[in-house]
Amino acid sequence: MGSGLKTFESDVLVLGGGPAGTWAAYTAASQGVKVVLADKGYCGSSGATAASGTNLWHVRSEPARREASIRRFLSRGNGLANRRWLEILYDHTKMGTEQLIELGYPFPLDEHGRPISRNLQGPEYMRLMRKTVRKAGVVILDHSPALKLITGERGVSGAAGVNLETGEEWSVHAKAVIIATGGCAFLSRALGCNVLTGDGYLMAAEAGAVLSGMEFSNIYGFSTEFSSCTKNFLYHWATFYREDNSVITNTDKRALAIEMQRAPVYARIDKASDAIRIAMRRSQPNFFLSFDRLGKDPFRERFPITLRLEGTVRGTGGINLVDDNCATNVPGLYAAGDAATREFVAGATTGGGHINASWAICSGRISGSAAADYALGTEAAAMRTQLHFRFTERHSAGKPARSMDMPSIVKSIQEEVIPYDKNLFRTETSMRASLARLNDLWKTIRLNEHDPNDVRALVRSREAASMIATARWMYTSALERKESRGMHQHDDYPAQDNGALYRVLISGVDSIRTQREPQSGGPDRS
Amino acid sequence: MIKYLSEDRCIQCNLCVKVCPTSVFDKVADHFPTISRQEDCQTCFLCEAYCPVDALYVSPMLDNTNEPLTVTPEESAMLGSYRQAIGWGKGRSSTASLDMTHILRDLVEDDAGPRS
Repeated sequence: MGSGLKTFESDVLVLGGGPAGTWAAYTAASQGVKVVLADKGYCGSSGATAASGTNLWHVRSEPARREASIRRFLSRGNGLANRRWLEILYDHTKMGTEQLIELGYPFPLDEHGRPISRNLQGPEYMRLMRKTVRKAGVVILDHSPALKLITGERGVSGAAGVNLETGEEWSVHAKAVIIATGGCAFLSRALGCNVLTGDGYLMAAEAGAVLSGMEFSNIYGFSTEFSSCTKNFLYHWATFYREDNSVITNTDKRALAIEMQRAPVYARIDKASDAIRIAMRRSQPNFFLSFDRLGKDPFRERFPITLRLEGTVRGTGGINLVDDNCATNVPGLYAAGDAATREFVAGATTGGGHINASWAICSGRISGSAAADYALGTEAAAMRTQLHFRFTERHSAGKPARSMDMPSIVKSIQEEVIPYDKNLFRTETSMRASLARLNDLWKTIRLNEHDPNDVRALVRSREAASMIATARWMYTSALERKESRGMHQHDDYPAQDNGALYRVLISGVDSIRTQREPQSGGPDRS
Repeated sequence: MIKYLSEDRCIQCNLCVKVCPTSVFDKVADHFPTISRQEDCQTCFLCEAYCPVDALYVSPMLDNTNEPLTVTPEESAMLGSYRQAIGWGKGRSSTASLDMTHILRDLVEDDAGPRS
């Protein structure tokens, strides 16, 4: 590994520079504390949002509309969403969008000249968030994946990682750490998701954090077969076809997956009027960019589609939160965005679309504020235990004895999580078999050694370990949930068990433990 | 996947090296950047969005590692088309203000949210 080591001291360290991370960093810095933000790629272009765009919860000031909307999302939350969190989410979405208007996001205007703050274009939004974070005095470390949390007697006290550009190691000593590293899409090539390999889950779990809802991690999104464009929304106006041009009438994703297992499936956006077509082009520029570049017209010509695994990015599992402050069970450690569980607001149904984007703003604002308060109340002197933590200490110097072929490891992981017959259609037998192979992969990756000078190899190996860990938690939790609920469709237990409402908590990296946390249930529980 | 970097257009600002979330490019002293890890490209088009001189072309195809790193005349004509579509660059204004997603959403949602 490179010779350099850069050390930083801050009150709050934010890992991840997508929506949740930038909201967290901005909010913390606005409270007057020192903030460092480290992103694996580039804060402003990293992650699922920057590459496309997101819808926000449609929030309004009238109390009756707020109530109706909260009730709607409670009923969609499979008994796992709760009213208190949905109220928090609604109100923070409102405050966050008001802030975005002040910050200058160019929302379209209605006929009275008022901003329509319901949707965000990814490149614009994240460019603005980077600018906002920098203005607030946050130190940004780009191309700086975190590899490990630094822990002391009093909990988490920073993180260490590498800089992919310089090859140097870095460590940030902080009083509080917010994990906002996004979810895990298993390198399935969903748009913008290649940096989302579950790194934050593994770091948190190694520090003793509990995860939750990891069985709700098998969302598949519509995508053109040839490109990365995972855009579900436009398929509302699509007709689906078989090779022989016969129309597929059952457009449920599971039904379409069965069709795809047999033969190619095609789509054509042929239910859109001219006015809708114009609206689509204005709203989703990169969807049409792909077609334009290939000289194809998605309104007139059918095109091959696939269902791409989006894992916990559009699923709802993640690091468990123990209070309204987005705190985890580890002192000083907070989680926000897709890194955190979204069961409280989306239950077992996808958090994709408005809920996740609103959640990123909400959990970013809450965790940023809480971490700043925590940092202000924490004495720095007591936290100096491991300031000069160096990741290389864990690796032997010299030529590695067992250096693995990462592409083949990644392929082995994907073979267990991507196929529809393993993860979309879940059975006890198939999940146990996958889990056994993933456990072997885990043992293998633990023995992997790196060329000490190759930081990219080190990061790749960590990403693979994070994906294996995520997949093991996914199937272990799924085996624990002996019913079908939301996206977790268990073919051995096809019915939802309304007599037993619980969340599945999971922890541990080498040996994994699950625990059912009973929920009081009912859509109106408060 | 990234397919082309125009040596004629490149001004060696290295913004693409900086903004690429998956570190596909490498900076080279007194030279234009190199496409060093094409296979890591996630086809997000963001390098194109940030390139101030439209010197980059990203193919929408996910797998084009076997193709030569050059563009056809048709592709060359599309250099900068994403930046234009989002309204980034001198003398343009962001097309985020023309976003009509809310109109599409109103067709599939009612007052309380998505119809279930």
